Amino acid sequence: MSSELETLSFEVAFGELEATVQRLEAGDLTLEEAIALYERGMRLASHCNHVLDDAELEVKQLAPAGSQADLASP
Amino acid sequence: MTPIQYSLPIFPSRAKEPGSRTPDSKDSDPESSGPGDSGTGFGGPKFRVWTVTGLTRYIKDLLELDPELQDVWLEGEISNFSRATSGHLYFTLKDAEAAIQCVMWRTAATVLAWQPEHGAAAQARGHISIYPPRGSYQLYVDELHPIGLGDLHARFEELRERLRAEGLFGVERKRPLPVFPRGLGIVTSPQAAALQDVLNVLRRRYPLIGVYLAPTAVQGDQAPPQIVAALQAVDARDDVDLLLLVRGGGSLEELWAFNDERVARAIAACRHPVVCGVGHETDFTIADFVADVRAPTPSAAAELAVPDQTDLRQQIEACARQLVGLMERHLGQLRKAWEQQQRALQRLSPQARVDTRRQQADDLIQRASRALAYGLALRRSRLAGLEARLAALSPLATLERGYAIVRRSDNGAVVRRVDQAHAGDALTIRVQDGEFSASVQPPAGPAPGTG
Repeated sequence: MSSELETLSFEVAFGELEATVQRLEAGDLTLEEAIALYERGMRLASHCNHVLDDAELEVKQLAPAGSQADLASP
Repeated sequence: MTPIQYSLPIFPSRAKEPGSRTPDSKDSDPESSGPGDSGTGFGGPKFRVWTVTGLTRYIKDLLELDPELQDVWLEGEISNFSRATSGHLYFTLKDAEAAIQCVMWRTAATVLAWQPEHGAAAQARGHISIYPPRGSYQLYVDELHPIGLGDLHARFEELRERLRAEGLFGVERKRPLPVFPRGLGIVTSPQAAALQDVLNVLRRRYPLIGVYLAPTAVQGDQAPPQIVAALQAVDARDDVDLLLLVRGGGSLEELWAFNDERVARAIAACRHPVVCGVGHETDFTIADFVADVRAPTPSAAAELAVPDQTDLRQQIEACARQLVGLMERHLGQLRKAWEQQQRALQRLSPQARVDTRRQQADDLIQRASRALAYGLALRRSRLAGLEARLAALSPLATLERGYAIVRRSDNGAVVRRVDQAHAGDALTIRVQDGEFSASVQPPAGPAPGTG
């Protein structure tokens, strides 16, 4: 489960985190469901933070207009 | 123009030459014409000696009578510009070789539609005259027009109106920016400080984003087609979902590529939303109007393009807190429900019924034992009655009335008849209160009435 979670992009994980909170907020859950949602949500939150922590801006420079090469290193 | 030959010895007569434009030829004014006898002291030929004022006026008249100089269009670069408290403007128009002083009276200056400034190229219309106190000639300016600028302004307005009429700036065309953009295409000059500003903002706010820089010139004739090509190249990428078109500050001419119709149409044709940040806060370009979002500066464009990770981290933290709170609430509800069930269970317990039954059983036992005791007593009393009746029937009761029972001592047989007893037999006599022994005497005949 955790390995599946680590592959999630920030926006997907963040969106699921918000949805998880809403789901738990709506109630009408069994204890097992509530615990599962809670654990999932906590993992998502920590994953989101890690993604932000580890992020480094990557800049790719395209070839100048008219050139045929695709990507050139900055 | 013919040089002024003021050094001619024949000067006095020259004033009377035909065709001379000297207005002082009347010689009525001693101060201005001023030829005099002051030259007599040299003893030589008579020179005409001018006063400063006189010569100045002479020159002034020369200038003011030349129609060529009285309606002049002069083009040059403004320098030493100053606006006096009186409202008059003083400046110099110059080119590489020369400079001419200019003055523009307040009445003319107030109708200026632009702000002349040092370094601006301008065309001035006016007349040349002389300022006697300083002996300098200058241009008295009636009109002052910016060069090129006016032309650019007109083109800007024309294009803006045309594109507006076409609906290119319409609010309904503006697309919302993605909340979490994955890829950002930046169209600008790679050397520009603006690019570094943008990258710094991205690094600080949202380093998750992939940046694709489409390099282009941002000023000069080559800039518009290059900007168009760069926009198209980066807009075609599928890993990009937002475009940034930025350039640092500059003069109107330097920013002109962003007022180009080709650039405007290329922005409008982009399939991804475009944020435009060109120049400073006060600079508006056509590109700004066409773009989905106009940012006042390149840095501001970057800030509008991506979310801020500080906010995001706060939101994540808030979500985590909410999760804990909701879980606690959920558990609390379960505990409360459990307690309610517990109480309900107690209320519905069979204990009470058990107790009732137990009491009923006690009652029955009590009633049963009472009934038993009554039965016993009844029987006892009946027994007693029977005993009494039994006692009444007992031979012992007869004994009380004086009768005795005679038994043979040897075998205990009751002696009922005479022949049962013989002389010498031992008898046991039972009376009411006991027994005693007797022996049979010799026969004495049967007793009367017995046999």
